Amino acid sequence: MKKVYDSAAEALQGAVHDGMKIAVGGFGLCGIPETLIEALRDTGATGITAASNNAGTDGFGLGRLLETRQIKKMISSYVGENAEFMRQYLSGELEVEFTPQGTLAERMRAGGAGIPGFYTKTGVGTAIAEGKDHKEFNGETYIMEEGIFADLSLVKAWKGDAQGNLVYRKTARNFNPNAATCGKICIAEVEEIVPVGSLDPDLIHTPGIFVNRLVLGTAEKKIENRTTRAA
Amino acid sequence: MAWNRDQMAARAGQELKDGMYVNLGIGIPTLVSNFIPEGVDVTLQSENGMLGMGPFPLEDEVDADLINAGKQTITELDRTSYFSSADSFSMIRGGHIDMAILGAMEVAENGDLANWMIPGKLVKGMGGAMDLVAGVRRVVVLMSQVNKHGDSKLLKACTLPLTGKGVVNRIISELGVYDVVEGGLQLVEMAEGVTLADIHAATEATVVV
Repeated sequence: MKKVYDSAAEALQGAVHDGMKIAVGGFGLCGIPETLIEALRDTGATGITAASNNAGTDGFGLGRLLETRQIKKMISSYVGENAEFMRQYLSGELEVEFTPQGTLAERMRAGGAGIPGFYTKTGVGTAIAEGKDHKEFNGETYIMEEGIFADLSLVKAWKGDAQGNLVYRKTARNFNPNAATCGKICIAEVEEIVPVGSLDPDLIHTPGIFVNRLVLGTAEKKIENRTTRAA
Repeated sequence: MAWNRDQMAARAGQELKDGMYVNLGIGIPTLVSNFIPEGVDVTLQSENGMLGMGPFPLEDEVDADLINAGKQTITELDRTSYFSSADSFSMIRGGHIDMAILGAMEVAENGDLANWMIPGKLVKGMGGAMDLVAGVRRVVVLMSQVNKHGDSKLLKACTLPLTGKGVVNRIISELGVYDVVEGGLQLVEMAEGVTLADIHAATEATVVV
């Protein structure tokens, strides 16, 4: 069983096709699988539907795939940092399914757990509830949301081993553990590949069963909004 | 004299009670962390996956893996924990967060809140706001009461797409504090020097005095 690949391009072989649905971890530019996104761009795959909280920024993250028009549809909660996204959306070139952040996370979690739909209070009485099944539980109204079942998950972790066990670091965890579970194939890029047995089994965030392929990330981390206080 | 941004944030700080878990929104609500009253211990949640958010970092503490929901660099505390987005919204949707302090574009007298899009003009998305107002036990809105054209943002009914229906409990503006009650917005407090005439001039919603 080989999980560790020599390059992101190699890790993507046989896992990419036109019109596929992908789930991608990350929040803003924090904890995004940048190396894998670049490699996915280079495959030239088009018509992609991408479930990801954000759409990167111009030139980074999924912003790279927007520039090349490889994405047909985004399932996202917040896209305010990307001018190209806004342009494509307002001109009708890009389809967007706005999904509340917690609903998006739960849709990934549900998809990974084999749960096709669930009910939530989030969005009741708003535009996102239109056309969705409404149901009362204990006197309160809920709407049904559907689990996300992706063809491919792309995630970023801090450390990983050859079994696919992953550990994330600080707020770079975000959507990654949820996205990791909901793809038929999950590819993780990590900052460090460590020997099997060196990670404390009690502190593994994503057990290796969810991860099919692993590659060492080479992209530099970006900071979107550097904010400091005076000493 | 109306309150300035810091005075609004300081007034919102008085809403914080000892032991609370609180989520602060982007903008003026972020400033509330500077005005936590003496002796009150609150834990700030950041919906991107952090409980126990510390202050902004010193220049040499900046860490690309440590940001808040506004994508600003931040620091951790002794009490800090990190978790996935699904766990974060279990806290929020599951009613485990005591209070959210958020900004708004419009609030209606029935507690409707609009703060996520202006059709055809501004399309950024709702982020976590719809989950927060649906799940957090108490929702406090911190907002300026009029827009740059001088029109009231406290309305009889919202004109923009809603973030949540009947979800706002309290509003703190530059002019004062209002509670959403049966029949309108009840005036709880006025900023020093503000008159009832000032309140009425800046409020389209029904004011209950």
